[in-house]
Amino acid sequence: MKTVFARTPTLKDCPTHYCPGCGHGIAHRLIAEIIDEMGIRDRTIGIAPVGCAVLAYNYLDVDMIEVAHGRAPAVATGMKRTNPGKIIFSYQGDGDLAAIGTAEIIHAAHRGEQITVVFINNAVFGMTGGQMAPTTTLGQVTATTPKGRSAAREGYPLQIAELLAILPGAAYVERCALSGPARVRKTKGAIRHAFELQAEGAEGLSLVEVLSPCPTYWRMPPAKAMEWIESEMIKVFPLGRLKG
Amino acid sequence: MCGNEALAEAAIIAGCDAYFGYPITPQNEITAYMSRRMAEEGRVFVQSESELAAINMVFGASATGKRAMTSSSSPGISLMQEGISYLAGAELPAVVVNVMRGGPGLGNIAPSQADYFQATRGGGHGDYRTIVFGPSTVQEVADCMQLAFDLADQYRMTAVVLADGFLGQMMEPVVLEKKPGRKLPPKDWALTGAKARPQNIVRSLWLPEGSLEELNHKLQAKYDRVQADEVVCEQYDTEDADVVVVAYGVAARIARSAVNKARHEGIRAGLIRPITLWPFPTEQISMAADELRIFLTVEMSNGQMVEDVKLAVNGKAPVLFHGRPGGGVPTVEEILERIRQLSIPRRVRTA
Ligand SMILES: Cc1ncc(C[n+]2csc(CCOP(=O)(O)OP(=O)(O)O)c2C)c(N)n1
Repeated sequence: MKTVFARTPTLKDCPTHYCPGCGHGIAHRLIAEIIDEMGIRDRTIGIAPVGCAVLAYNYLDVDMIEVAHGRAPAVATGMKRTNPGKIIFSYQGDGDLAAIGTAEIIHAAHRGEQITVVFINNAVFGMTGGQMAPTTTLGQVTATTPKGRSAAREGYPLQIAELLAILPGAAYVERCALSGPARVRKTKGAIRHAFELQAEGAEGLSLVEVLSPCPTYWRMPPAKAMEWIESEMIKVFPLGRLKG
Repeated sequence: MCGNEALAEAAIIAGCDAYFGYPITPQNEITAYMSRRMAEEGRVFVQSESELAAINMVFGASATGKRAMTSSSSPGISLMQEGISYLAGAELPAVVVNVMRGGPGLGNIAPSQADYFQATRGGGHGDYRTIVFGPSTVQEVADCMQLAFDLADQYRMTAVVLADGFLGQMMEPVVLEKKPGRKLPPKDWALTGAKARPQNIVRSLWLPEGSLEELNHKLQAKYDRVQADEVVCEQYDTEDADVVVVAYGVAARIARSAVNKARHEGIRAGLIRPITLWPFPTEQISMAADELRIFLTVEMSNGQMVEDVKLAVNGKAPVLFHGRPGGGVPTVEEILERIRQLSIPRRVRTA
């Protein structure tokens, strides 16, 4: 018998704690595959955020650190500056990166830190119970926008990728989505490119924003969540390469 | 050399691989000095966007096994407390210099010792300690740096050097030399890439029931070892003293002059000067309190270390306080006057 598909070694052989239909598991697998394909496991250091992915080190078999909420880009800076030969990546949610950690990501990009950031945009704070994130769409009902997000009350969804793309220190910024196999393949290519740029020593920060489903706090079945990315999220967060 | 520059150079001599900081008076000389010298040494200097970022850059560099430090003054140190708590939870070594200024709030830029509580009680959330030095001369500030890096590595803790605006700005001759360091354990926990070994994880989240309690017990056992082995304290003319002044840092310099003057007047005064503020010289002060004498704690605050002195004395002797808050500095005359008043009972007794 011929094996046509196997778990990549850097992805640990264990069930995750993620809800059914959550996008984190897919994103983890893509990162693990890329690390193995590039053969960089023994020089890669990963940074887990505060958020649903805080236990990413239980699934990704590389050296990893868990850091304070939002501070991953600063931690990555400390790591990369002292270890220029290592591959440093952070994995952050939209609360972590676009709310509490906005200063850290903007300034890491502004300094042109040679790090790779995988930014999971699921339009809510998952871990704390589905509250509004800066990326929550207008009208979206969350635990803290019971009547739906209103621009007048809560402001417009924050487009971090567009914000970062204008900075000279950002080498590569792309927005992808996990809604369907073709999109997932595209996402993998983008994340791989972000890792490759760092491995080649390209100047500047590389970031891939990934539109990712959260069926639990979007209050819909997993298949519907995939559709909602296509029908709603992509309108607010257009896909494509913004820089580099 | 001013104290700020001396401590910066001492950090370089101690093998500091990386400095991260955000400017704030009265410690700007450290950041400026490091920007030049770390580059000359081919080491890392980053001016961060905030103290929050600075302490997290330290966190990252330290997690990879490098010697990393930051420096700031009171308001900036407040911003770092979350990071220092995470350093404690993750058991990462770090060196933090606080050149204290008057508070609360933006306060002023005058020298102060008002961050004693914050430094010696941990400062951030959770049950933890940091090793805290309260040096009193430029030479001692410099000497503390190597010990701070060594102890931080040995115990995997944050070591805080508490200076103040005076010490930072003061010019004094100083000898800077590499001293033989301690024998330190290997950093086999460091994140270096999982090469021919299982994955290393640096974390402070412990969810399974009882696991965090276990970590806290482990941390406490470590803190107990530090308390038992690492106290540094100077006793000056305390042997026969009726009045024992307890002071640290710049306040101790002024107190020493007052003690000398009191001795000239025939008053038996002495000085206990804690150099480590945590671990505190509880044992030394407790033993001093076994004799019949009065304690006078002198601080540039409204009374913080005095609580530790009272805990150490534990009711065996009176503990009085003289302090100047908000950037005020006690004068030799003020302290001398308090010593004179307190020495009266003995004169009466012996008459
Ligand atoms: C300083 C601090 N503030 C708040 C929290 C609580 N908190 C934990 S995760 C989180 C939001 C996570 O949302 P996101 O980054 O979008 O990740 P997700 O859980 O959706 O994957 C918050 C507010 C915290 N841990 N620390």
